[in-house]
Amino acid sequence: MGGREANVVLLDENGIRSDGRKVNETRKVTIKAGVLKNASGSAYIEFGGNKILAGVFGPRDVHPKHMSNPDTGILRVRYHMEPFSVGERKKPAPSRREIEISKVIKEALEPAVMLEKFPRTAVDVFLEVLQADGGTRCAALDAASVALADAGIPMRDLVCACASGKAADALILDVNNEEDQAGQADMPIGYMPNLGKITLLQLDGVLTADEYKKCIELGLEGCKQVYEIQKNALREKYFSSGDKD
Amino acid sequence: MKKFESKKRYVLPGDFITTAPLRLQGNVVLEGKRVIATSIGLSDVSADSVRVIPLTGVYLPKIDDLVIGTIQYIFGNSWFADINSCYQGMLLGQDVFGRGSYPTTSEMKERLDNGDIIYAKIANSDRQREPLISIADQSLGKIDSGELVKISPTKIPRLIGKHGSMIQSIEASTNATITVGQNGLIVVSCDETNGLLKALAAIRMVDEQAHLVNLTDKVKKMLESDGV
Repeated sequence: MGGREANVVLLDENGIRSDGRKVNETRKVTIKAGVLKNASGSAYIEFGGNKILAGVFGPRDVHPKHMSNPDTGILRVRYHMEPFSVGERKKPAPSRREIEISKVIKEALEPAVMLEKFPRTAVDVFLEVLQADGGTRCAALDAASVALADAGIPMRDLVCACASGKAADALILDVNNEEDQAGQADMPIGYMPNLGKITLLQLDGVLTADEYKKCIELGLEGCKQVYEIQKNALREKYFSSGDKD
Repeated sequence: MKKFESKKRYVLPGDFITTAPLRLQGNVVLEGKRVIATSIGLSDVSADSVRVIPLTGVYLPKIDDLVIGTIQYIFGNSWFADINSCYQGMLLGQDVFGRGSYPTTSEMKERLDNGDIIYAKIANSDRQREPLISIADQSLGKIDSGELVKISPTKIPRLIGKHGSMIQSIEASTNATITVGQNGLIVVSCDETNGLLKALAAIRMVDEQAHLVNLTDKVKKMLESDGV
């Protein structure tokens, strides 16, 4: 962090960012639910340049058996970047970063899913990053949440996620790859809008206490925008030919 | 739209339904004083209870449900059947051969082998063990012929209809015999190819359009038309 690439203009004098967005604007987000036939639930998200496919399997038998819990079902998440998802080939084996992101996405989804209804089972979430452009953990979490709802896993709320951060001394919404590399702070936020609860909060960089508060508020605004898109994706799949409400 | 339908609304997980102090039936959860949907479906608020009729989800075995299963393997004195759920149905050898009997594996294989389709009842189901299934009834047992169809288990009540209206109208107009499992598996048998195809098309139609109103009329119209 902290301005590694000085030649990139992250914010011009008119308050326009390197990709033409305003400071409080997200990238274009499109989500499609139910794209994989063999999965119990699935979703495909395009979050700016990010392209991520999510597949949910289960509830199903737990293997190895010792991982099963007699009181509740367990959630397992695998976040994986394809070798071709970044400019230079990424080794396909899970890296430290991928293991960490799998863990934080799992912990961000756990407050929402109600797996106590399925003891001794596992719900597997597979997240494949086909193309990465900064903010993949948020985009992957958005897709995972839609895929879980599509699979019919009972959920207290959908989890939506969006990052906020700081670049060129300004607070910005939805940090892209350049801003992540050359900016001053990146704060991914996962949020359950109906319950008003934050399930994911990370911060890479330095913010003052005041900036931190404003950054969270900005991030939550982004989350709410993504939430509407998530809901529309599910409505389109399930209620598109309907005439109610 | 009829009066009772106006209370139904499309909901997604997390959607607020009501604050009224009603009995929570299915796919809803109480968060503070707010009743919230936990599944994609139609909210149904009646005079004393609230529920969400789900449009997606897995089958959870309930005692006395009639299900269709496929025998997967024999282990010890039991058959284990795939009942389209996250749990396997366990059929005890004693249920078929009588109490106190200990049949050999070959005897069991002779009666029911891997891949056989059975129509069974959920005899017992709890959180600790695999659900126990039984075929000890006249209408239950091995299914020898027919076309096996799989639809979403959440749409089975729609396929059956009120007091069996939908399934009866499909059976009557196609001369097909339809065995419906609560777990989303259906066996259709019919002597006439046209009738079979029509019944299958009707089942597919229910699966795809379960959330729409006037579905019974639409299915009837389709069955009355000549082509499939």
